[in-house]
Amino acid sequence: MFRAIFEYEFIQNAFLATIIASIVGGLVGVIIVEKKMVMMTGGIAHTSYGGVGLSYLLGFQPIIGAFLFSITAALGIGAINNSKNGSKDIIIAMFWSLGMALGILFIGLTPGYPPLVTTYLFGNILTVTRLDLILMMVLTMIILSVIFIFYQDWKAHLFDQQFTKIMNKKTKFLENVLLILLALTVVVLIRVVGIILVIALLSIPASASSYLTSKLHLRMIYSMIFSFIFIFTGLVVSYYTEISSGAVIVFAGVILYFVTKFLSQHIEKKRAK
Amino acid sequence: MKKLRIQLNNVSVNYGKIHALKRLYFSIEEGDYIGIIGPNGGGKTTLIKAILGLIKPNEGTIDYCGQTLKKSQIRMGYAPQITDINRNFPITVGEVVLTGRLNKKIIPFFKYSEADYKIVDEVLETVGLIGLKNRQINELSGGEFQKMIIARALTLEPDILLLDEPTAMVDVMSQRQIFTLIKKLSKNMTILLITHHVQMISKQVKKLIYLDRNIIAEGDPNQVYQYAYIRPVHQNIKRQAKGSSKTNV
Repeated sequence: MFRAIFEYEFIQNAFLATIIASIVGGLVGVIIVEKKMVMMTGGIAHTSYGGVGLSYLLGFQPIIGAFLFSITAALGIGAINNSKNGSKDIIIAMFWSLGMALGILFIGLTPGYPPLVTTYLFGNILTVTRLDLILMMVLTMIILSVIFIFYQDWKAHLFDQQFTKIMNKKTKFLENVLLILLALTVVVLIRVVGIILVIALLSIPASASSYLTSKLHLRMIYSMIFSFIFIFTGLVVSYYTEISSGAVIVFAGVILYFVTKFLSQHIEKKRAK
Repeated sequence: MKKLRIQLNNVSVNYGKIHALKRLYFSIEEGDYIGIIGPNGGGKTTLIKAILGLIKPNEGTIDYCGQTLKKSQIRMGYAPQITDINRNFPITVGEVVLTGRLNKKIIPFFKYSEADYKIVDEVLETVGLIGLKNRQINELSGGEFQKMIIARALTLEPDILLLDEPTAMVDVMSQRQIFTLIKKLSKNMTILLITHHVQMISKQVKKLIYLDRNIIAEGDPNQVYQYAYIRPVHQNIKRQAKGSSKTNV
């Protein structure tokens, strides 16, 4: 496996994708979990399937289609949610199912043999191309920059949005930027774990890290490390067994989550004694 | 800046078909210490949120020293109900209080100044939490958490402090400490306080208001308390007595 990293381009791509996805997933995952936006992220991810379908129908890169649909979904959900003209759950559910439905519809309308969409639905890190990698790197740079440059604002906004509004902060602007970051994160992770499993990679490492520390920045670092462990496990298992990496990543994540939870509770009980 | 005066003129706030506030006239003057009591759903929190500009009235206007909220530059400190805040967020007491010193503009690579840290220490000292500055918020008791939220509001160096049930979900000892703290603050600050602890508050506020979508009673704390709580109980007892005599006949 390690020799293969130096020999084969697809393994190099997969390894770089692992690092990028770990950084983005770990970092943004903590924000999503703390802001209770896991289901919203699921809605955005599933809506992107419509973009994948459209790209097959019109003949452009599926990841570009996913990108466009994710951004539209994020801002759409945000706008309807802000207008208070409907329940958040219902809006998310509508976008979620509409995206999937559009994807199926567009793929059904695509002439010729139906394209293989499983890599987008369930992810396959071994099929990440150089183009995917470049897009992932650019998006990652944008996400990291926006988070670090405005870290203090994010911290206050995530803790108590109402308070930042009273301080005359542009909370709507911050909220929209956050939604766009979520959409970009989804695009970065789609090739690794797939549309259906994205929320697992965003929520499991972040939740597991919450058992280890109560500090926001440390939680982000631990979450990145956990993400790397999960994705690398998926990469190795996928390389040797040809099983979909997305499934292995989620499986490894769930096991490690419960191990972390059990160990932290066990240590806490011992301390209490 | 002009002397503080906030005036609500004929303000109505609706949530769909429900009227939270109905044609309300109300004013706050500099140095006031006003207590607001009333039933759940009586519009107390809505009143505070309308004053803060978090809710736009469906009808009527709110006047801040003769101007709009933005133009008036009035600094308002707000301590919301603690149930509205994520108590498991990974952040320390000092960091929460420091957010009150955040610049209102979104500034890249913003860093707090030495003066900001000094104010935070002073405020934490005032509320009695300086020893818990580096404590994670999920390790705080209800009373400590509430004091931290008040401290955050104080770091804004507000002209008026709006407190929404600061003693809810807090033990009796902490309730007393919080009321003592608020009383101390009221000497140098205009305060609007929502609470259900009528007996405690009626001893220290200058003016008490009984709000149930509109002002039902206002003025001397003892009289409002009598009017709002004692009188209905007496009436109820009388009604019951009459009812029982009738059945006897």
